[in-house]
Amino acid sequence: MIQALAFYLFASVVIASAVMVIMARNPVHSVLWLILAFFNAAGLMVLVGAEFIAMLLVIVYVGAVAVLFLFVVMMLDIDFAAMRAGFIRNFPLGILIAAILLAELMLGVGAYGAGGVELGQADGSAVAAAGQSNIEAIGALLYGRYIVLFEIAGIILLVAMIGAIVLTHREPKPGARGRQDIGKQIARRPEEATVMKQPTVGEGVDL
Amino acid sequence: MGPIGIEHYLVVGAILFVLGVLGIFLNRKNVIVILMAVELILLAVNINLVAFSAFMQDLVGQVFAMLVLTVAAGEAAIGLAILVIYFRGRGTIAVDDVNRMKG
Repeated sequence: MIQALAFYLFASVVIASAVMVIMARNPVHSVLWLILAFFNAAGLMVLVGAEFIAMLLVIVYVGAVAVLFLFVVMMLDIDFAAMRAGFIRNFPLGILIAAILLAELMLGVGAYGAGGVELGQADGSAVAAAGQSNIEAIGALLYGRYIVLFEIAGIILLVAMIGAIVLTHREPKPGARGRQDIGKQIARRPEEATVMKQPTVGEGVDL
Repeated sequence: MGPIGIEHYLVVGAILFVLGVLGIFLNRKNVIVILMAVELILLAVNINLVAFSAFMQDLVGQVFAMLVLTVAAGEAAIGLAILVIYFRGRGTIAVDDVNRMKG
């Protein structure tokens, strides 16, 4: 009973917030609704015992991606009202395509519910052993059979990071204040940087 | 309320996917919301992968969901970086105006 209650709660909130993501007037609100959607999707995943993916969703999406979105939305100075100009015009076409897609997907789900296509059984080589937690089992898979996939994922993240830095990096203007000139700093010698003074009592120092 | 089965999860995933596609159509001018709609689509994919993984008692689905998550994070980072440099050069992010290359 409580499972069904939790499922319908998470599912309805996730769908409602997804609607708000695409309908909200203000992109900042869109990001906040997106965070809610991801939170409740994580709830859905906890419900089927995939707690590691759920926590990953919360950490990666809520903690990193959503904040990145917020950061960019707030950094850009854009007239968001003008951006919604084509909203009504695109509405009929969008609804049409969405209806077709939904009908197709529901057909698939219905066919699956009616027996589906038999593609064979899971070979049972990736089943969590009795008493093994979800994280342990995934870790054993990820660092064992799927180690290459894991490394590729790491390289993808590295490329994404370097790409983002390269794209947004701006060369400092030469001579701009507050910029470091490392060569100049290293070439500096004590003789030209410091002077010894012996001020007499009651007099200032000329520098 | 009957018992919750795999179909319930598939329906949630399907609705989320469709909402993502609809978001791309409705917000044709606003790249930020388009990117968010793509995130919604990827979330729908993840829900399907995890649901089938639990249903089949096979953890490979969760491993692949993690890879989808990785790609989604990279895509968001690169997409937003492109958005920032595009805004710097043009002062707008309207996708309708992206025709400099006359492709």
